[in-house]
Amino acid sequence: MTQQEALFRFAVRMGDNSLVLGHRLSEWCGHGPQLEEDIAQANIALDLIGQARNYLTYAGEVEGKKRSEDDLAYLRTDRDYLNVLLCELPKGDYAQTIARSFLFDAFHLPLQQALTTSTDERLKGIAEKAVKEVTYHLRHSSEWLIRFGDGTEESHSRAQVALNDLWRYTGELFIPDEAEEMLAKAGVVPKLGDIQKEWSATVGRVLKEATLNRPADGWAASGGKKGVHSEHLGPMLAEMQTLQRTYPGVEW
Amino acid sequence: MAESKEEALFQEKVDAEQKIEPKDWMPADYRKNLIRQISQHGHSEIVGMLPEGNWITRAPSLRRKTVLLAKVQDEAGHGLYLYSAAETLGIGRDELNDQLLTGKAKYSSIFNYPTITWADMGAVGWLVDGAAIMNQVMLCRTSYGPYARPMVRICKEESFHQRQGYEIMNVLSHGSPEQKAMAQDALDRWWWPSLMMFGPSDADSPHSAQSMKWKIKRQSNDELRQIFIDRTVQQAEVLGLQIPDPELKWNEETQHYDWGTINWDEFFNVIKGNGPCNKERLTARQKAHADGAWVREAALAYAGKKAKKKAA
Amino acid sequence: MSKEQDFPLWEIFIQSKRGLDHKHVGSLHAADAQMAIENARDVYTRRNEGNSIWAVLAENLHASKPEDQGAFFDPADDKVYRHPTFYVMPKEAKYI
Repeated sequence: MTQQEALFRFAVRMGDNSLVLGHRLSEWCGHGPQLEEDIAQANIALDLIGQARNYLTYAGEVEGKKRSEDDLAYLRTDRDYLNVLLCELPKGDYAQTIARSFLFDAFHLPLQQALTTSTDERLKGIAEKAVKEVTYHLRHSSEWLIRFGDGTEESHSRAQVALNDLWRYTGELFIPDEAEEMLAKAGVVPKLGDIQKEWSATVGRVLKEATLNRPADGWAASGGKKGVHSEHLGPMLAEMQTLQRTYPGVEW
Repeated sequence: MAESKEEALFQEKVDAEQKIEPKDWMPADYRKNLIRQISQHGHSEIVGMLPEGNWITRAPSLRRKTVLLAKVQDEAGHGLYLYSAAETLGIGRDELNDQLLTGKAKYSSIFNYPTITWADMGAVGWLVDGAAIMNQVMLCRTSYGPYARPMVRICKEESFHQRQGYEIMNVLSHGSPEQKAMAQDALDRWWWPSLMMFGPSDADSPHSAQSMKWKIKRQSNDELRQIFIDRTVQQAEVLGLQIPDPELKWNEETQHYDWGTINWDEFFNVIKGNGPCNKERLTARQKAHADGAWVREAALAYAGKKAKKKAA
Repeated sequence: MSKEQDFPLWEIFIQSKRGLDHKHVGSLHAADAQMAIENARDVYTRRNEGNSIWAVLAENLHASKPEDQGAFFDPADDKVYRHPTFYVMPKEAKYI
């Protein structure tokens, strides 16, 4: 793998993570638990889709085959999507949505923070904007998780179930692939082990305040980073890509 | 009917274009009328999120997806501004919600039509938002202050809504034959329901005369409808699309377009609940509210615990 | 339909730029102050309108009564001496 190929894979992954999660959050639009929260969640989805556009545009440039953000988003199958599994899971109930966002945000923020010192100018530029957004995302998901954990019996139990179910998808966040190892050596991206430490501290702090139990580490699901996804991504992409697939090659 | 002293003073203020504020004396019917109109307006924004929300996950490019999501989010915001305005008149959010979810309150009938193709996102933005904006521009001058102020904000924010819709129509109508057909089909389906959005003819509009006197409304349904038609015909020409009205014709004498007849039976039928999507829209809102109940309870319980801790 | 308790109502004030007044923009519902401020950010500053947000529980806001309007504000009408233009200055004097 050349460094250019590694950079392409990394940019695609960052874009896919944001796009797929943003898409899932956008499914709440018009169906949220409260009007004010509906608006807040749409804002987060917009931030994520905006990040995805930056990353996919950059990935297309790195690749040098003239693929646009839309070519990459709409004309790849799930086997070429490189996002972590955590992002593609169905939105579930609001506890699952919040718990998933929290587990991802707690990883996403230190990652973006580290990328602001990347030796790659473009990654650095994207991260500088994203850090502000993701800081807010983590704040939002943490606060809601705490409300659920320390709210009612029902909300506590829903939040705990969600955490238990999602925990197996968190291991994959920190297992570097070949591209990430190569780029970490070159100082382009951080070591995922360092991100894991921060993630773990954030998770510990918030779960404690939320009076929720930290699930035990066990078997970790993985594959998303290699393009081997759960059964959920295919249908999501089929829906997302329907117009581009049905009417190929036209402007929208 | 003899006017009371308060009523005369109130009308004097209205006539002098002074805004009425929440704590001012106002006729009971003015309050009732406003609550009805503002809450209907708010409900329309909220229910209006659904037909367009239907396409967020299928928008054909990331740019379109972003724009559509931002637009639907704006509608949630506008619903919220309007609920805020209604609340200054003494009706709570819970009651507003109840009225919508039990079917007691009305919302704009247009949102009971289905959005079945992507071109509907274009037609809804261009025609439905276009019609709504005409109404809202007028309402910036409405006599009730807390209704007029958010209207100014809403008009500013909505200025991109119609343009994004027209942009979609423009791309489609200059695109492939299938895309052009999609655009024409959307115009065919949305044209007449859009004209119905202005409400019944002035002669058949039960609240109109009083609303005009109180300056809640500033222009009549028929006036606004005519301006809308006059403007939209030219925009359709630019798109190269045909407005589905064989009687549409420029009238030199009146300097307006003459046009056909609205099917008012359909209009009143949809209002009564017999539209293609009435049931789906209400069910979606009921479900969102019911599914969110435990979320809201949790937030309140947590806030209560925190307040207690702080007090202790 | 069972009656559920609503989130309390908050009045929102936004300062659009450092140095300007906080201006009332509307209201919203939130379970607590933190949620009120964060919701206000998403509801009332989606287009860069904000620099700072105040959220006040609506029930804690007290207002003057419209019927007091005359007694409250009219007496200030004839106190023209509170305005600088009331005073006659010699033309030659500068910077005053």
